[in-house]
Amino acid sequence: MQDLLYFIQQLINGLTIGSTYALIAIGYTMVYGIIGMINFAHGEIYMIGAYTALITITGLTALGIVWLPLILIVALICAMIVSSSMGWAVERVAYRPVRGKHRLIPLISAIGMSIFLQNYVHLAQGSSNIGFPALVEGGFRFGPEDSFQTSISYMQIMIFAVTLVCMTVLSLFISRSRIGRACRAVSQDLGMANLLGIDTNRIISATFVIGAALAAVAGLLLGMYYGSIDPLFGFIAGLKAFTAAVLGGIGSIPGAMLGGLILGVAESMTSGYLSGEYKDVVSFSLLILILLFKPTGLLGKPEVEKI
Amino acid sequence: MAAQNFKHALFSAVVTLIISYPILGFNLVSEGISVQLEGADTFTLVGVFAAAVVVFLFQLFRDTIMGGLGKLPALNPMANRPPMPQRKRLKVESVLLTLMLIGALFWPFIASRGAVDLATLVLIYIMLALGLNVVVGLAGLLDLGYVAFYAVGAYSFALLSQYFGISFWFALPIGALLAALFGLVLGFPVLRLRGDYLAIVTLGFGEIIRILLNNMTNLTGGPNGIGGIPDPTLFGMEFGRRVKEEGNTSFHETFGIAYAGEHKVIFLYLIALVLAVITALVIRRLMRMPVGRAWEALREDEIAAKSLGLSRTAVKLSAFTIGAFFAGFAGTVFASKQGFISPESFVFLESAIILAIVVLGGMGSQMGVILAAIAVTILPELAREFSEYRMLIFGAAMVLMMVWRPQGLLPMRRIHIELKPQG
Amino acid sequence: MLEVKDLSMRFGGLLAVDQVSLDVKEHEIVAIIGPNGAGKTTVFNCMSGFYKPTGGKIVFEGQEIQGKPDYKISRLGLVRTFQHVRLFSKMTVVENLLVAQHRHLNTNLLSGILNTPNYREKERKSLDRAAYWLDRVGLTDMANREAGNLAYGQQRRLEIARCMVTEPKLLMLDEPAAGLNPAETKELNQLIISLKEDYNVSVVLIEHDMSLVMDISDRINVINQGRPLASGTPDEIRRNDDVIKAYLGEA
Repeated sequence: MQDLLYFIQQLINGLTIGSTYALIAIGYTMVYGIIGMINFAHGEIYMIGAYTALITITGLTALGIVWLPLILIVALICAMIVSSSMGWAVERVAYRPVRGKHRLIPLISAIGMSIFLQNYVHLAQGSSNIGFPALVEGGFRFGPEDSFQTSISYMQIMIFAVTLVCMTVLSLFISRSRIGRACRAVSQDLGMANLLGIDTNRIISATFVIGAALAAVAGLLLGMYYGSIDPLFGFIAGLKAFTAAVLGGIGSIPGAMLGGLILGVAESMTSGYLSGEYKDVVSFSLLILILLFKPTGLLGKPEVEKI
Repeated sequence: MAAQNFKHALFSAVVTLIISYPILGFNLVSEGISVQLEGADTFTLVGVFAAAVVVFLFQLFRDTIMGGLGKLPALNPMANRPPMPQRKRLKVESVLLTLMLIGALFWPFIASRGAVDLATLVLIYIMLALGLNVVVGLAGLLDLGYVAFYAVGAYSFALLSQYFGISFWFALPIGALLAALFGLVLGFPVLRLRGDYLAIVTLGFGEIIRILLNNMTNLTGGPNGIGGIPDPTLFGMEFGRRVKEEGNTSFHETFGIAYAGEHKVIFLYLIALVLAVITALVIRRLMRMPVGRAWEALREDEIAAKSLGLSRTAVKLSAFTIGAFFAGFAGTVFASKQGFISPESFVFLESAIILAIVVLGGMGSQMGVILAAIAVTILPELAREFSEYRMLIFGAAMVLMMVWRPQGLLPMRRIHIELKPQG
Repeated sequence: MLEVKDLSMRFGGLLAVDQVSLDVKEHEIVAIIGPNGAGKTTVFNCMSGFYKPTGGKIVFEGQEIQGKPDYKISRLGLVRTFQHVRLFSKMTVVENLLVAQHRHLNTNLLSGILNTPNYREKERKSLDRAAYWLDRVGLTDMANREAGNLAYGQQRRLEIARCMVTEPKLLMLDEPAAGLNPAETKELNQLIISLKEDYNVSVVLIEHDMSLVMDISDRINVINQGRPLASGTPDEIRRNDDVIKAYLGEA
C-alpha cells in the first residue's frame, strides 16, 4: 500500500511536469514540422514568458489587486503577448534571413539567439534566482494519516486543467481554422503551398507566435510550481521539451504531448527512486537512445532520403 | 506600397516596445522572501523608446536603406581590386605568420605576468578552436558538446596526478588519447545522425559528462573540483620555490638565478605556444591529405561521397576523434595552468564560445580561427566595463554573422594545386 | 560481369520494382529505358547499394552484392553518377578528383603528416591521374575553380571524370544527357563510347534521349511500371510492339 501510494505520487508529479514539457514541446515540433529547424531559442522564450508573468503578478499585487483569478489571467495574457512578440521578432531577425541556407547556418543563428536572449534577461533582471510567489496553495491528500500520503495540490490540478484547455484549443485551431489548415499544408510541402497562394511567411510567423504563446503558458505554470526562476532556467527546460518532441516524433503535435508526459514521468521516477541529481542524465540518455534507435520517435513519420 | 511599409514599420515598432519594455523597464528585486518591482532608470526607458523609433524608421525606409547599403562596397577602394595572385598571397601570409610567431616567442619577456597568463589562455582557446574547426568547419558535424573532451583531458591529468603521481609530460599524451578514445566511443553510435540531431545529442553528452563530474564526488570531488595539480617540469626541474617531488631539482637553483614566480608562467606559456603551433601544423597537414579532403567531401555531399567508396562512419569518426584529441591536449594544459579544476569550467557556454570562435573566424579557415580566438579572448579583457556584455555581444555576433557573412571574417580559401601540363 | 536477377523493391505498399532482370557483359554498353516513374533509378539505387532490395539477387563478378553498404559496392569497381549532378561544390575541380582516389592513397595518417617519400609518390600519381582525366574531359583550365561554379555541362563531365579516376570496372550513368544541348550530347556520346573502347569499362545507363541510346547501346532493357517489358538490341527494341505501345500510350 505504502509503495503504491509512493508510486502514484511520483506519477502525479511526473505528469504535472510532463504536461508543461508538452506545452513547450509544441513550439519545437511545429517549427520543425514546417521549416525543419530546431528553434534553439525556444527555451529562452519560455523563460521570458515566466519573467513577464512574474513582473505582471508583482506589479498587480503592488497596485493592490488581490483577486487571484484576475491576477492569473492578466499575468497569463501579458506573458503570452510578450513571448509571442518575442517569437515573432526572433523569427524575423534571426531565422528568416537564413532560411534555406545550409542546415548548420540557421542552427548556429538559433544558438546565437539563445545566448543573446539569456544574457538580455540576465542583464536586465540579474542572474540570481527570484522567488515566484505561491499564489495557489493547498491540495488533496489520500492515504492513511500516520504514514505516507499521496497528495495532489491545487497547483497541479491547475496545471493539468490549463494544459488540457490549451491542447484542446490548439487541436481545434489546427483542424478547423483557415490558418490551421494552411499550417498543415505548409508543413506538407512548403513550395507547393506557396504556389497555391498561401502566404508561407505569414504561416511560419504564425507557427512561431503560437509556439511562443504556449511556452509562455508553461512559463507561468512552471514558475509558480517551482517557486523560483532565473535567466538560465529556460535552457534546460528547452532541452527537455525538445527531448519530449523528439521522443513523440518531431513534427507531430500529439507526439509532443505524449513525449512530454513520458519524459516527465521518467524524470520523476528517477528522482523518486534513484536520485534527483540524475534526472537530467536520464532524460538526456533517453534522448540519445531514441535518436539512435528510433529517430522518428513514437508517432513520427519516417523520412525517406531522396537521391 | 508606402502604406504597407508604414503598417509594417508601426507593427515592428510596437513589437520592439512589447519585447523590451516589460523586461527592461521593470526590475524584479528580491527583498527577503518577497519580491518587489522597481521601475528602471530614465536612461533605460529612453533607450527602449529610442530603439522602437529606430526600428520604426528603419522599417519605414527599409528599401532605401538596404539599397544604400548595397552601394556601399562601391565606396570601398579595395573592392574592385583583383585578388592577389596565389604566389604573392602565400608569401604575404607566411611573412605575417612568421612575424606573429616571433612576436609570440618574445611576448613573455616583455609583457607583464598577467598578460602572459592571458596569452596562455588565448593559446588554449586557439588549440580548442582549431580542433573544433576540424569537426564543424571541415567535416560539417555540429558538435555542441565539445567541452566534454576538454573536460576529459583536464580531469585525466588531475586524476592521474592525484592518484598515481603522473607528471604533466606523461599526462599530456594520455589526456589527449583518452579524450580521443571518448570521442571514438561516443562518436561511433551518434555519427549516423543527421546534422541538427547530432548537435542536440552531442549537447546532451556534454551535459551528461558535466553532471557526472559534479555528482561522482568520491572520484572527482564533485563541485569542489580537484586542486593541487602539479606544474610541468623541464627535464626534471621544478618551477616552485621548493622541490616537491623527490629526485627533481629546481629551476632557479640549477641555473643559479633568483627564484621568480614568472618563470613558471613563462614556461607554461611557451609549452602552450609550442603545442598550439604543433596543433596548427598537424591540422594544416591533415587538411591537405586524403582524410582532410574526405571530411570536406562528406560535408558537401554525403551521398556522392559514399558512392565514391568513402565510408561515412570512418570519415566522420576520424574527424570527431581528431577534434577530441586536440581538446584533450588543451584540457591538460588548462589543468596545469589553473592548478585546480571543477565542473564549472566545462559548461555548455564554453562549448558555445569555442563554436563562436570557429564561426566568427570562418569555418574551415585556420588563420581566421586563430585571429578570432585572440579577439574573442582579449577584447573582453581590454574593455572590462563591457565585460558583462560579452556573452550578449557573442550571441548577437553569431546571429549577425550567419545572416550577413556565414563564411566568417576570414573565409577559408581553397588550396591551389598546380597540375603538370598534359602533352 | 553483372547479373541482376528478379530484383524487387517495395516501399510500404508500393512495389516500385517488380522482378527486373538484366545482365551486363564485359565491354558492353547496356541501356535501361522506360517512361518516367518506371523505376529505373530505383534499380540503380539497388545496384549501387543505396537501397536494400526486398527481393532478388545482384551478382557482380561472381559476388552477391545486394544489400551491401554503398561504399563497399563502389570499392568493388561499381561506380555511379546521379540524375541531379552531385559534386562537392565548395571544393575545387581537382580536389573533387582527388577525393575520389582516396583508395589509391596511403591511408596511414602518420606517413601523411610526416610527408614521407612514399606518400608523396602516391599523392603525385593521383594528381597525374586527375590531370589526365581533366584533360580528357576538357576541364584543365577549370582545375582550380570551385566545382559549384562550373557550367552545367562541365559539371556533368566532371562527374564522369570523378568516377573514372577511381578506375571502375562498371560505370552506371543516370541520365547523363539530361539538360545538355545537342552539341554537348554528341560529345558525351563519343566520351561514353571511348570509355568502353579505350578504357575497357562497361557502362549501364539510364537515358531518355533515344538517339543517344540507340546510337551507343549494345543492348537495351525496357522497364514499364516497375516490370521488365522487353530487352534486346537497339534494332529489336525499335521494332517491339509492346515498347511502341508503352511509349505511345504514355504520350
